[in-house]
Amino acid sequence: MATLAVTRPLAVRRVGTWLGKIPYAVLAIYALVAAIGPLVIDYNPISTSLDDRLLKPGSHLSTGGTAWLGTDGLGRDVLAQVVYGARTSILIGIATVVVSCVVGVTIGTVAGYFRGWLDTFLARGIDILLAFPAILLTIVIAGAFERSVPVVVIALAATAWISFARVTRSVSLSLRERAWVDAARVLGVRRTSILLRHVVPFTIGPVVALATLEFALVVLAEAGLSFLGIGLPPSAVSWGQTIANGKQYLDSAWWISALPGIALSLLIVNIGILGDQLTARYGRGHLN
Amino acid sequence: MLEVRDLRVTFGPRRKPFVAVDGVSLTVGANETVGLVGESGSGKTTVARSIVGLVRPASGSITYDGRAVPAGTSRPGELQRAIQMVFQDPRSSLNPWMTVASIIGEAWRTHPSAASDLDRLLADVGLDSSVAGQRASQLSGGQCQRVSLARALAVKPRLLVCDEAVSALDVSVQAQILRLLDDLRRRHNLSMLFISHDLGVVHQIADRIAVMRRGVLVEEGPATDVLGAPQHEYTQSLLDAALELNS
Repeated sequence: MATLAVTRPLAVRRVGTWLGKIPYAVLAIYALVAAIGPLVIDYNPISTSLDDRLLKPGSHLSTGGTAWLGTDGLGRDVLAQVVYGARTSILIGIATVVVSCVVGVTIGTVAGYFRGWLDTFLARGIDILLAFPAILLTIVIAGAFERSVPVVVIALAATAWISFARVTRSVSLSLRERAWVDAARVLGVRRTSILLRHVVPFTIGPVVALATLEFALVVLAEAGLSFLGIGLPPSAVSWGQTIANGKQYLDSAWWISALPGIALSLLIVNIGILGDQLTARYGRGHLN
Repeated sequence: MLEVRDLRVTFGPRRKPFVAVDGVSLTVGANETVGLVGESGSGKTTVARSIVGLVRPASGSITYDGRAVPAGTSRPGELQRAIQMVFQDPRSSLNPWMTVASIIGEAWRTHPSAASDLDRLLADVGLDSSVAGQRASQLSGGQCQRVSLARALAVKPRLLVCDEAVSALDVSVQAQILRLLDDLRRRHNLSMLFISHDLGVVHQIADRIAVMRRGVLVEEGPATDVLGAPQHEYTQSLLDAALELNS
């Protein structure tokens, strides 16, 4: 009995840690594919091959190669689209998260630290923006301008910064009451130094946790925009576009939409799990 | 040297404010230690925070050596240096991610004319020079309070406001820090405003004692008089409470 009682929790814990590493492994594979894949696989979205239309996964191509994941309605390789699409998604995701993080953390810390009318103004502004459905605002911005990567990043960041601002605002609100901030003020340390040295570093934990969750949402939103045809230009390869290209063949050539869709869902789910883990660990602004 | 006149501090909505400090007048002379005592919520800390500029008083004046001390923490450099504060919670008064050297370095960067030797400063507060490289989160409570003291002393202040500076420490460390404070004020010719709810502690260090209750100063006088023959019934009840604990 005694051995049972001792071994069981250990075994559970071992499985727990092992399971907990899966998201890291999956994300590492995505990063690797996104970084190296395009160097290994050659793909041009404009070149089409009508002889190789709608080939099943594993079929031989007229050029002699093998289409491991099949081809789409214009004879383009689906595997290559999944690989190039991974790079697009990750790059857009990182760019958007970085932009919204910088904007959100700046606005959040300033609002939370200085309080007063500035905080009231910024907090009300955030509330007003939150009243809009985020994706609607993104669609309006993306639709109003010509399709390009910067426009997509700005359209996505236009709503993504809000969560960063809210989290850092609440963390700064509690940090400004800390005695070390008071001590710096009594010493006459400059405000920007106080913010950068005594406030911002302590928002890193919650911000990193949030950044992973936002990354997942942004990747999904980018795919959505591209699916709707208001995201990236047709010369770029995006999972959303590939899924849209395959929607008319869903009953005959399922792989065109299904495989990029699976790639997208796997990425989102794993980032979500990772984000939850990070939130549980750092999300509530634990300082040490 | 420090003169607080009719200090009034309010919090909350303007129409129905909470009066934390209601017309407190107080002086701290050169080389003098004034103990400010009272129960929790009596407004002692608010008085201290007004003096260092962390709280903006609703009315009243604070002068230092005859010069008006502006409300808020943006003060002329010399005034800023002259009045420093030591806080209650030793852990949260130091940024846990910064090393002791960078905490002191920050004070010296802000007031370059005060910069001097780090090892000597640390030795002054009874710390070994080896703690310089340690992060605040690695230090014990007593060490943290010594570093806080070193940070305050780094800018060569003339008046030290100690807000419950030893209350969060356990008794043996409390005695050490009290002895250190007493020693430092002699060596550096410091004036001190020593705030505590503990009459026993104040008794050990203060020349004069001021008693606060609900935002009002109820009694003030030389330490021996206030503790020996209290005039106000509130002081008497505080003393009785302390005596009950001691016996």
